[in-house]
Amino acid sequence: MSLRLVAPMWNGTRGIHRLGGAVVPEGNQKKERKMLQFLNNHFYDVEALRGYLLQREMSKVHLKNRSFTWLEEQHGPYSAGAFFILKQGGAVKFRDKEWIRPDKYGHFSPEFWNFREVPVEAVDASDCEINYEGLDNLLLLKELQSLSLQRCPHVDDWCLSRLYPLADSLQELSLAGCPRVSERGLACLHHLQNLRRLDISDLPAVSNPGLTQILVEEMLPNCQVVGVDWAEGLKLGPEEQPQDTASPVPA
Amino acid sequence: MIRRVLPHGLGRGLLTRRPGTRRGGFSLDWDGKVSEIKKKIKSILPGTPCDVLPDTSHLPPEHSDVVVVGGGVLGLSVAYWLKQLENRRGGMRVLVVERDHTYSQASTGLSVGGICQQFSLPENIQLSLFSASFLRNINEYLAVTNAPPLDLQFNPSGYLLLASEKDAAAMESNVKVQKQEGAKVCLMSPDQLRNKFPWINTEGVALASYGMENEGWFDPWCLLHGLRQKVGVFFCQGEVTRFVTSSQRMMTTDDEMVTLKSIHEVHVKMDHSLEYQPVECAIVINAAGAWSAQIAALAGIGKGPPGTLQGTKLPVEPRKRYVYVWHCPQGPGLETPLVADTSGAYFRREGLGSNYLGGRSPAEEEEPDPANLEVDHDFFQEKVWPHLALRVPAFETLKVQTAWAGYYDYNTFDQNGVVGPHPLVVNMYFATGFSGHGLQQAPGVGRAVAEMILEGSFQTIDLSPFLFNRFYLGEKTQENNIM
Repeated sequence: MSLRLVAPMWNGTRGIHRLGGAVVPEGNQKKERKMLQFLNNHFYDVEALRGYLLQREMSKVHLKNRSFTWLEEQHGPYSAGAFFILKQGGAVKFRDKEWIRPDKYGHFSPEFWNFREVPVEAVDASDCEINYEGLDNLLLLKELQSLSLQRCPHVDDWCLSRLYPLADSLQELSLAGCPRVSERGLACLHHLQNLRRLDISDLPAVSNPGLTQILVEEMLPNCQVVGVDWAEGLKLGPEEQPQDTASPVPA
Repeated sequence: MIRRVLPHGLGRGLLTRRPGTRRGGFSLDWDGKVSEIKKKIKSILPGTPCDVLPDTSHLPPEHSDVVVVGGGVLGLSVAYWLKQLENRRGGMRVLVVERDHTYSQASTGLSVGGICQQFSLPENIQLSLFSASFLRNINEYLAVTNAPPLDLQFNPSGYLLLASEKDAAAMESNVKVQKQEGAKVCLMSPDQLRNKFPWINTEGVALASYGMENEGWFDPWCLLHGLRQKVGVFFCQGEVTRFVTSSQRMMTTDDEMVTLKSIHEVHVKMDHSLEYQPVECAIVINAAGAWSAQIAALAGIGKGPPGTLQGTKLPVEPRKRYVYVWHCPQGPGLETPLVADTSGAYFRREGLGSNYLGGRSPAEEEEPDPANLEVDHDFFQEKVWPHLALRVPAFETLKVQTAWAGYYDYNTFDQNGVVGPHPLVVNMYFATGFSGHGLQQAPGVGRAVAEMILEGSFQTIDLSPFLFNRFYLGEKTQENNIM
């Protein structure tokens, strides 16, 4: 079967946030961008305004990721970390309890303040704006077993290098869809030797998804790495039927 | 529509107003209009034709508050921080003079690009930590509207330093200092090493220190480009050939006569011509890297009887270092940190394709001639490969792909940087001599020099052990962990 080799096209980050990276403009958006660029180059006011708006976006993210470690003495590390996640819009699961999720207004039940000694087992921080500083709060949850950072726009390689304190307990990690994670950050996951399931699908910043998958599998021999087929990056020719020959043929 | 009465002969170009193009430059065929005007003036004025409006667009400005000699990462970092910390926006004019705009011999571009906090001096550790946070937040510091965000290609894989029996005690005390300053470093025994990195041969290794966070390597060109594109600084391509100084004799408190000099003009010579531009300036920053000693000599530093302050030269000289890239298909995996062996040889992974790069600092007597940047491949065969093959058995079969050489701005006195003003030439500030770790300390040093200039003293990180005075006083600020 012939595979027409086509270099993988990276369509720019699908970052939700403007800070996440350049979003490919299309049609009308392109014209608006050009106009904005022209105005920016010719008027100091426009440049200053854009600079101010950008600074404001960045300080919003910083505010969301402020430190909650002061809550630790009063309520214990697990509640402090859980509060941070819930404020961001994520969900937490304490051991032997149900998932606590904020509703669409951002309100969540305050029962977790009583769980002083109960460790947090799982965190679902998908689509949250956690960044490097915010990880201070996440790392309070020393016995975390499952962490999902899917589609987080500010999680990048630096953040991944901070996950090693969770090495003893973390068994499941999902980084699917994070626009800033590249293969260089994935290299620091080798500290997490107890990891059993790692999801690295749909990472636009990884240059060679198939090769990265193989190298990560070598790095973490006890872990099931999900996400990418080794044939990723090799596109089928248009006349071929998409056959499921991507996985090696079982003997 | 306002009608204007246009005088004949001078062309419409001179009088029509264009929409605020001060920032973008005169993009509507200004050169064509100027040549038209020149022709018209020549035809009108009597006498011999002379060049009425000579074209000086390639020359630097005639006045500048600060002139930074050297456009590498240190010079650009000082310029950047001067603009950041100035009190009024646009309050300072900073001119960066770089001799070679292709950066073909500049240490920045040829660097391996590593950053680590595993030093023995607390100041070095602080500088590295600040640089790590600068690089982490580089898109906040160097944000330019309309430009895409910078991708440093940072590999947070850490540094692994190996120590033999005799260096183990020093390594332990170093790690203690590093932990105190806030670096995330941990000590590993040979067994733990074998567990974590099965491809290492721990023969001869007594102790290892492994940096877990904020350590790794990145792309220095990206940092250079990011600093350059941050507007507000004037760039000029030229060579500094002369400083015009004025001196003053003053009496010190011990009733000694001392001659203080101050530079008030810098002559910048253009490439491939004898033309030069005298730039009036208030402050000169020597960030010329491997060639800093020549710039210092131009200012008269070191011209005096040896043993005196006037006679103390700047002890920075270029030292050539080789970097080799090789391919080894069975080599260490993705998790490989930058490994620095007990023998001084080091290597790291490069990319996803089983390529590695590394090298070794030669011993004093084997120092290669720094006159050019030719690579000596025998050096790899005899001095680097045996050590690599001993440490990582997989490297016994490798194939060298390419190699290059670059300069260290080597401080022969104590291998640490020189930062701050010169005691006698009062307006020359140094930011050079970092002997191989200039790139990783550039953001911190840039900020320190800017603070020194603007506030008069170091505000955030105290770099007083790096002042010039120590060369005269003979006080070494020795750094033990140099690669």
